[in-house]
Amino acid sequence: MSDSEKKKPNRRDFIVTATTAAGAVGVGAVVWPLVDQMNPDASVKALASTEVDISAVEPGQSITVLWRGKPVFIKRRTQDEIDSARAVDLSELKHPEKDEDRAKNPEWLVMLGVCTHLGCVPLNDKGDYGAWFCPCHGSHYDTSGRIRKGPAPTNMEVPKYEFVNSNTIKIG
Amino acid sequence: MSDHEYTPKSKVGKWFNDRLPLLTLANHLTDYPTPKNLNYWWTFGGILTFCLITQIITGIVLGMHYVAHADLAFQSVEHIMRDVNYGWLIRYVHANGASMFFLAVYIHIFRSLYYGSYKSPREVIWIIGMLIYFLMMATAFMGYVLPWGQMSFWGATVITNLFSAIPLVGESITNWLWGGYSVDNPTLTRFFSLHYLFPFLILGLVVLHIWALHVPGNNNPIGIDIKKPSKDTVPFHPYIVIKDAFALLIFLLIFAFFVFFSPNILGHADNYIEANPLVTPAHIVPEWYLLPFYAILRSVPDKLLGVIAMFAAIFVLVILPWLDTSKVRSTVFRPIYKQFYWFLVADVLILGYVGAMPAEGLYLLIARVATAYYFAHFLIILPFLGFKEKTTPLPLSITEPVLGGSSDMAMARNNSDLKEKL
Repeated sequence: MSDSEKKKPNRRDFIVTATTAAGAVGVGAVVWPLVDQMNPDASVKALASTEVDISAVEPGQSITVLWRGKPVFIKRRTQDEIDSARAVDLSELKHPEKDEDRAKNPEWLVMLGVCTHLGCVPLNDKGDYGAWFCPCHGSHYDTSGRIRKGPAPTNMEVPKYEFVNSNTIKIG
Repeated sequence: MSDHEYTPKSKVGKWFNDRLPLLTLANHLTDYPTPKNLNYWWTFGGILTFCLITQIITGIVLGMHYVAHADLAFQSVEHIMRDVNYGWLIRYVHANGASMFFLAVYIHIFRSLYYGSYKSPREVIWIIGMLIYFLMMATAFMGYVLPWGQMSFWGATVITNLFSAIPLVGESITNWLWGGYSVDNPTLTRFFSLHYLFPFLILGLVVLHIWALHVPGNNNPIGIDIKKPSKDTVPFHPYIVIKDAFALLIFLLIFAFFVFFSPNILGHADNYIEANPLVTPAHIVPEWYLLPFYAILRSVPDKLLGVIAMFAAIFVLVILPWLDTSKVRSTVFRPIYKQFYWFLVADVLILGYVGAMPAEGLYLLIARVATAYYFAHFLIILPFLGFKEKTTPLPLSITEPVLGGSSDMAMARNNSDLKEKL
């Protein structure tokens, strides 16, 4: 083969490139269903929202409900707890979020009871900030569920929720 | 490879062998020339093969009775323990077999580290070995989830959450791994499927591991090449076979002790409580064989960096053949490396210990120092030591120290009788 023949793409090169490209698309089309079958399925997604009756929760009390297989903390905070959460200077926080944004109704704090480090369930009324403490790797959260000390990178997540009426919260 | 051509004696054997040379393979395996100075640390390859086969057989049998469903798994394990004929025995052999497998593999790896078996020309054997080790950890982790006890559930939660540390796509990846928004039934069923598959992948890699071994042949305690032709080797059968069999029997005594006298000592009592997604056990600990890596994970205060450090701890082992710059294989001739070798052994044991302790106070400090030293050993000490260290003289052949009548190389070298013989 001479040099000029090597450099100039001929019809065979075109066929090889076209076949490879079509083959790659075909392989992708076959592989994707095999990968996607592992994603959350329709029955899992169908359990996306849950309604909780909160009429029996007294101030200072916290209840835990299961939503999408994860615990959700619903805490009716005392005035002291609200005040201490709102008094914190944002510059002190690892993940700065105002308590006003986390708890729209200051009395009720609703958040995923899942430590943002590696997914354990933090314990209530424990730790350096008198709120939540994760026993697995020692993350301390404050009365707004914000990370204050330990390996967790972010505050405990606030899910989408709304008050259906004064006694019922709909999560999801 | 054997140096001679093999022809089966019988006509049928010859007919078959011409069409599929299985008999040539069998002949190669029996005649395979093995260094005659191999010590008992070399018997762990055979022991590990035994462990793998044991896990596969007991696992297949357990799979006949186990039910992979979040509502039924825990009861089905109790059903195996109480109702299935010899179910208790088979499950205890399988559960303790995993620990025995790791015990043997750690000895096998540290033998390789001591005698430099990972060095040229055996790098590919080493890398395949590391792949096997990695798959073993994945398999053991998924197997531990199957009984669906508290440790199963929360261990799975913590380990799968490691992937959530990945920026941007972390959450999508964990949801994909779980098949939901938390560890639940879809997670259990896929772990069962993969836990069944992986041992067969390991088996395939073991075949490659042995194949790659049979190209250059075994390393040996002195770490020098076999002279050919020489009397440095003995045939694999019967010499090594009988030695491996004896070592296996001793190993089985220890194995049987755990199975029959303290079958739960290596497990956690929390795993006899059914999984509860609302309550995290006070103290989550992985199985003992993962503790050093767990200690490394926890010693880093940042989530993403902790995960990276843990995977890096395994990855430095993969590239070890290029980190160790010394041309001398065996630690016998490396007086300074010998000390660092034992420091590393101690370091890994310390990491294992603090991995089982709460991550706070003094334990956390020790874990951080030990983690730093672990990486320093591979990334700083080994590369520099290869250039700086003055090694002691290597013998001419593996027969030399034997003929000299002493295991001390220097004495053997000065033996005047020996000089005449050679």
